[in-house]
Amino acid sequence: MAKYIIKRIVMAIITIFAVASVTFFVMNMVPGGPFMSEKAISPQAQAALNEKYGLDKSLSEQYITYMKDLLHGDLGLSVKQRGRTVNMIIETKFPVSARIGGMAILTAMIIGVPLGSIAAFKRGTTIDNIIIIFSTCGIAVPSFVVCTVLMYVLSLKLGLLPTYGLTSWRNYIMPVMALSLYPSSYIARLMRSSMLDVMGQDYMRTARAKGLSQLVSIFKHALRNAVLPVVTYLGPLLAYTVTGSFIVEKIFTIPGLGSEFIGSITGRDYPLIMGTTIFLATLMVIMNVLVDVAYKFIDPRINLK
Amino acid sequence: MSEYLVNIENERLSFFTPAGEVKALNDVSLQLREGEVLGIVGESGSGKSVTAYSLMGLTAYPGRLIGGSLQFNGHQIDQMTEKEMRKIRGNEISIIFQDPMTSLNPVYTVGDQICEVVMLHTDKNKSGANERAKELLSLVGINEPEKRLKQYPHELSGGMRQRVMIAIALACEPKLLIADEPTTALDVTIQAQILELMMELKEKLGMAIIMITHDLGVVANMCDRIAVMYAGKVVEYGDANDIFYNPSHEYTKGLIRSIPKLTEKEHSKLIPIEGSPVDMLNPPAGCPFAPRCGSCMKICLREMPPYTDVTDIHYSACWLLQKQEFEKQQAQKGDA
Amino acid sequence: MPKNKISLQLNVEDFLPASDAEKESLTVMRKSVGFWKDGIRRLKKNKIAMVSIFVILLVFILSFVIPQLYPYSYEQQIRGSENLAPMQYSQKELQTIEAGESVFPHVLGTDSLGRDYAVRVMMGSRVSLTVGLVASCIILLIGSLYGSIAGFFGGWVDMIMMRIVDMIYTVPDILIIVLLSVAFDQPLKALSQQPGFQWIQVIGVNLISIFVVFALLYWVGMARIVRSQILILKEQEYVTAARALGASSGHIIRKHLLTNCIGTLIVTTTLQIPSSIFTESFLSFLGLGVAAPMPSLGSLASAALNGLQSYPHRLFAPAIMISVIILSFNLLGDGLRDAFDPKLKD
Repeated sequence: MAKYIIKRIVMAIITIFAVASVTFFVMNMVPGGPFMSEKAISPQAQAALNEKYGLDKSLSEQYITYMKDLLHGDLGLSVKQRGRTVNMIIETKFPVSARIGGMAILTAMIIGVPLGSIAAFKRGTTIDNIIIIFSTCGIAVPSFVVCTVLMYVLSLKLGLLPTYGLTSWRNYIMPVMALSLYPSSYIARLMRSSMLDVMGQDYMRTARAKGLSQLVSIFKHALRNAVLPVVTYLGPLLAYTVTGSFIVEKIFTIPGLGSEFIGSITGRDYPLIMGTTIFLATLMVIMNVLVDVAYKFIDPRINLK
Repeated sequence: MSEYLVNIENERLSFFTPAGEVKALNDVSLQLREGEVLGIVGESGSGKSVTAYSLMGLTAYPGRLIGGSLQFNGHQIDQMTEKEMRKIRGNEISIIFQDPMTSLNPVYTVGDQICEVVMLHTDKNKSGANERAKELLSLVGINEPEKRLKQYPHELSGGMRQRVMIAIALACEPKLLIADEPTTALDVTIQAQILELMMELKEKLGMAIIMITHDLGVVANMCDRIAVMYAGKVVEYGDANDIFYNPSHEYTKGLIRSIPKLTEKEHSKLIPIEGSPVDMLNPPAGCPFAPRCGSCMKICLREMPPYTDVTDIHYSACWLLQKQEFEKQQAQKGDA
Repeated sequence: MPKNKISLQLNVEDFLPASDAEKESLTVMRKSVGFWKDGIRRLKKNKIAMVSIFVILLVFILSFVIPQLYPYSYEQQIRGSENLAPMQYSQKELQTIEAGESVFPHVLGTDSLGRDYAVRVMMGSRVSLTVGLVASCIILLIGSLYGSIAGFFGGWVDMIMMRIVDMIYTVPDILIIVLLSVAFDQPLKALSQQPGFQWIQVIGVNLISIFVVFALLYWVGMARIVRSQILILKEQEYVTAARALGASSGHIIRKHLLTNCIGTLIVTTTLQIPSSIFTESFLSFLGLGVAAPMPSLGSLASAALNGLQSYPHRLFAPAIMISVIILSFNLLGDGLRDAFDPKLKD
């Protein structure tokens, strides 16, 4: 067990290191510095700025400095938001995104798991068909479409919900809905097929042969086995939520890390792009390790070496 | 109460698949007395498992019982509700399945799975059930029951798991144990052990056993009666010795010919049964075995053979027997 | 048990042995059908898949044929016809009609620059489809090659190759895509100025960087699937037999393994198309996709966001289009999977 976890952590550290390096070199491949667009700058000011951000040193020196700072958790200074470090920006913006993302993941689980299970039990009935249609459409509609359509119907036409900002709980409804539609549909499909698979297993027949009621055998014997694929989907689900938040935060103008990231791209704020990329990648790598370790606990068949 | 523990009469059961109705059981009748062992023999798809499952009310979707009567220990199984059936399952009738690798839930410990059935059918609490589980594991010959109870199925060998399945089945001392090819998935050496264990437990607990198998060798030593099934029909039923020494259906004869015998001379070959089983979606009008039968007659292709008595407790559905009767009658007529 | 001695009126002839021919007439053997024939037969039976194919064909005609015949082009700005509602004519056009000439209606109106919106949506679908198809081909090629090499050689080669895949897999791909498309933007633009590279401008810098990114990152899923297929197939007897007969590795990969993986490959590739389209529209929506004036369904939807209150149809047209495209490819993929690769169910 310990050996496995250590192995995974080492892998994770290598991955993060690779991501950081790739990010660094890719960003430095871009010809011209980040101040290219500001034409009015004098050569002296340019040199001063370059010195401040360490851009006058050679690439390898810059790399070593950057990696050293990274080890201390220092992601550097933002070039567009004067006086603010990337760490500060992430610290203020990330909680907002995490709250919405967390709620969306929770919603997706709460909707997807029961829907998929019900569809499997009612296989071939109208209920099953309705759930299949819902989930098939749910994974076909891109999140920006969901967002904009929701906004048009619920805010602009019906005036039920506010279109932007994050002042009351009502602000959270649309972003969370938009962000959880795809994953809840996906989980429903996943759950349906895995539940159907589990229900055909011999041990379900054993449970029935023991004299257990349908309900008990489903809740005790089927659910725990059927939910395993959903657990493995948590990693990709998190990735989806992170990228989905870019869109959702942009459309609903939510001051989260996603809209910050998009802003940093259009504004060519290289340290911020790099910092956010590394931060989000690290987050996902860590979550993936956690999910894998959790999986080993839920499924005793996996050898704990 | 009837003289039989199990009395199945004219059971008909079909699977309603998208491709059409598959008549899995066609007029199946079987009897079994208390404490007896009945072997049901036949190739895959002949309906042996379906018969047994229907006796427990476990017919899988999209199968449906469409006729006949099933009695067990005074219960009219075919009339019972699901709720009533649940009281019987695991309690009065138990079953062990073919593949012990997949028959146990992988995410629960062996102990959990044994205790579950004990607690369901008795009023024992958790610790009482645990005691019983330990007792059961020793009964089925598992060492260190204390330790095994805490293990997960994947940590046990195939033979061990089948022993656990037997322990689960015997937890409530059932009147009838259905064994659905209990040794097919096991190594040969383990097979013998498991069969021996089952016979031992039968003596100890006095239950009846329905042994489903495609292996005549398995039933030879342990069964009192044998039913040979083919294409959803019992083609021959009788005393185990009768079936072996005086088989009267061509299919049974074929099965017996295909058992390897150590005592025979080296030259004698095993004779396989030619051809393949019938398509159950479009069963033939006549005897289902006719196309593969070496002594097939014209009538066999046209009409289903009726049952003919060979002895009091031995009957068979084959036109050859009818032919003998017919010839006897003709001879009598000629005499008269 | 009912055991009637003689049941029917029987004749002696009934007990004559039956001939082999008579016996055979009863055994209806199911015809053995080949892999392709069987799969196509099953696919044809699947109504949803057939409807999806029809819809996909329709979308192809809409995006590749009709824009060529359409009286308006996607970049043509018609003065005085800005912000028209669907089927509305501008003053100038009304005068032309009164003068007796016919003017093709703006089925979906025009945008703020006076460009016909219907043709822009069709061009947007063309971009989406192109991206989906080309990207899927790239992914198929790289993924199956990588996966089959890793799976076939096994051992430490497999170990290292799959660790690389694991690494790419855990990193959020959109982050890298965004990063790379930002990075590629200027070098590619510079390259397109060079003689011999003008074609880059034709295709569009962003489109190329999207392809490059897909080629660099998106093959990992495909590689994993192919590898696991190969690992399963490798254990099969016929591969051992081929090896024993002295067949080379390349020959075994081509002849035995790939032909057996083909079902999986078709299905995975088909399902890759909608997900590539998904990603492209996502990037375009964020302004990182294809460059103006070339429209993409994502960028059209993004642009429509500002005028949502007054011109909702500008959002709905591309939104419906993209949803229909993704839905029908998904359904076709599901149908193909059921037909050609039943074991790959989710």
